[in-house]
Amino acid sequence: MDVVIEVRGIDKSFRVPEHRIDSLKERAAHPFTRMEYRRLRALRDISFDVGRGEFFGIVGRNGSGKSSLLKIMASIYRADAGRVRMAGRVAPFIELGVGFNPELTARENGVLNGVLMGLTRREARARLDAVLEFAELEEFVDLKLKNYSSGMMVRFAFAVMVQADADIMLIDEVLAVGDAAFGQKCMDVFHDKRRAGKTIVLVTHDMATVQSLCHRAMLIDDGELRFIGEPQEAALRYLRLNFGGEGDQGAQKAVPDFNVGVVRAGLCDESGASIENVEQGAPLILDVVVEAVRDLEQPLFVVNVVNEDGLVVCGFTRTLDASVASGRRLRLDGSIENRLMPGRYFLDCWIRQGSARSGIGVQALRLLHFVVYGAAAGQGVVTVDSDVRPVLEERTAR
Amino acid sequence: MSELREVPGPGALGGGRRRALELLYLLAVTDFKKTYFGTVLGYLWSFARPLMLFGVLLAVFTQIFRIGSEVPHYAVLLLFNIVLFGFFQEATSAAVSSIVSQESVVRKTQFPRLVIPLSVVVTSLFNLGLNLVVVLVFLLAFGVTPTWTWLLFPLVLAALVVITAAVSMIVSSLFPRFRDMAIIWSVLATVLFYATPILYPIEKVPETLREVIMINPLAPLFELARKWVIDPAAPGPAEAAGGSLALLAPAALFVATCVAAVWLFDREAPRIAEEL
Repeated sequence: MDVVIEVRGIDKSFRVPEHRIDSLKERAAHPFTRMEYRRLRALRDISFDVGRGEFFGIVGRNGSGKSSLLKIMASIYRADAGRVRMAGRVAPFIELGVGFNPELTARENGVLNGVLMGLTRREARARLDAVLEFAELEEFVDLKLKNYSSGMMVRFAFAVMVQADADIMLIDEVLAVGDAAFGQKCMDVFHDKRRAGKTIVLVTHDMATVQSLCHRAMLIDDGELRFIGEPQEAALRYLRLNFGGEGDQGAQKAVPDFNVGVVRAGLCDESGASIENVEQGAPLILDVVVEAVRDLEQPLFVVNVVNEDGLVVCGFTRTLDASVASGRRLRLDGSIENRLMPGRYFLDCWIRQGSARSGIGVQALRLLHFVVYGAAAGQGVVTVDSDVRPVLEERTAR
Repeated sequence: MSELREVPGPGALGGGRRRALELLYLLAVTDFKKTYFGTVLGYLWSFARPLMLFGVLLAVFTQIFRIGSEVPHYAVLLLFNIVLFGFFQEATSAAVSSIVSQESVVRKTQFPRLVIPLSVVVTSLFNLGLNLVVVLVFLLAFGVTPTWTWLLFPLVLAALVVITAAVSMIVSSLFPRFRDMAIIWSVLATVLFYATPILYPIEKVPETLREVIMINPLAPLFELARKWVIDPAAPGPAEAAGGSLALLAPAALFVATCVAAVWLFDREAPRIAEEL
């Protein structure tokens, strides 16, 4: 492997004041209270390598230290011990931004960021057009960033990062924001960069992204490296961590597990051609094939349509009344009635199997996402048929 | 194919000198434009502010206290001093919160930290440049004779810029951890204003007090500027302090401030992002 990121023995702790004294008055009021700090070990002896062209995921729960690690790699925090070595130009995208001054206009910020990335002022100005075009913000170039909506801001920041054309991109949580079209654009960019052989390190909570994009993934918990390797396995362990420690042991407990792998997942129209967008009202015809990765006894499929806000709009459960040998493929056949309002949706599938003895193995899969388009009539998340209409009542004598 | 290189980590000047200089220039220019953006008079405010202060002080010190009437070219001297001190005060006061106000940049990029307070100094330097043009007009209008010593003025200016930058570095690096710095500095700056021969000529100060004032590193600078630019007959720093040896104190303070600034900023810079 041609290593472009080498991380060795990174330690990092933060001093967290027990009782914060940050003005002299407080200091004077309590002259003898020592500043009491709790040392919070954010990272312990983290070492790993990332190869050229790898799409590398870092997953972990909130507060696990994954973002601190990324900040150390991006030279924003200093590690207490250990070292990081990288080859090539690095573009960070931290906390949904690349470091903008909200008081400046997009133009000024764009140039400033270009220079920060190591371009000359002339190059940075030349690059700005491409950035604005990508972000679709040409009209707002002279607007101060503080007047941008959060969506516009993220679009601009993402565009700046993408156009920096760095060899290594360090990205912290980007997919959680933005509208449907932007989310799609992000995914496209990731696929492009992946194809172009760029090295990308992505910190995320979204296991679907990890499984679909990453070549390798790393799980960090409580500041320690717990696993590094197959993204499937990392995602699984992450899910197990989240499940862990809850529920009583005796009862039937659902544990995250691997049951199937996705062969293909998509929607198609009536002629069988693959589509990504569905017209309002047109049925969702599934084209989903999965392959069992272990023997499954009467697997249960919970299919949910989830909207952009994470709300389960509708769902149903189907059981295959058969045993499926490992390696056997099966298809989710049929269609779903489409009463969805225009917007962006996901199709999730939980695949359950197992007996009371060994616990129930559940696998959560985000099969696909799609957009329903059409002229919205009314409000809410679904449209329903209704014959409600206003009528005048007969005038009655008092 | 590029080599694996150690990631530098956050620092005062991380990422190369050329880049730092480019960023310094960019930040200073955008900052300068921003100050007057949306104001009707624009850059004129840059002149208007010191001129207004000058007008008031001139009235007070020539009509009420009459301290100025015995000093040659008092009016121009006052304006000159106000403009010079205005630079120091404007830069250092803006520097205090400069790093905190650039929070998003500091927390998300490997921005060379030193550039932030220095850009504030450069912005104020632009203002000073404009103001010195006005001062020049007044100098000539009030009949000050140009002498060859005017050419020495850049030396004074350079020293003033250095001490301004040093103080800016100190206050800006301390502010993220000690928010009192803003208040402390606004008080200290006022004290310095009166402890520097700006309103009064140094020779009018009683001897004991004069020795104290001359410890202030700014005082010899202002005296030098006065002697070289406005009044060759003015006492000059050595005479005002009571001998060249007495100038060692302000010189030592000057150097100490600079050393402290570099040491402190270098110590704080790597961790500033964590304190925000």
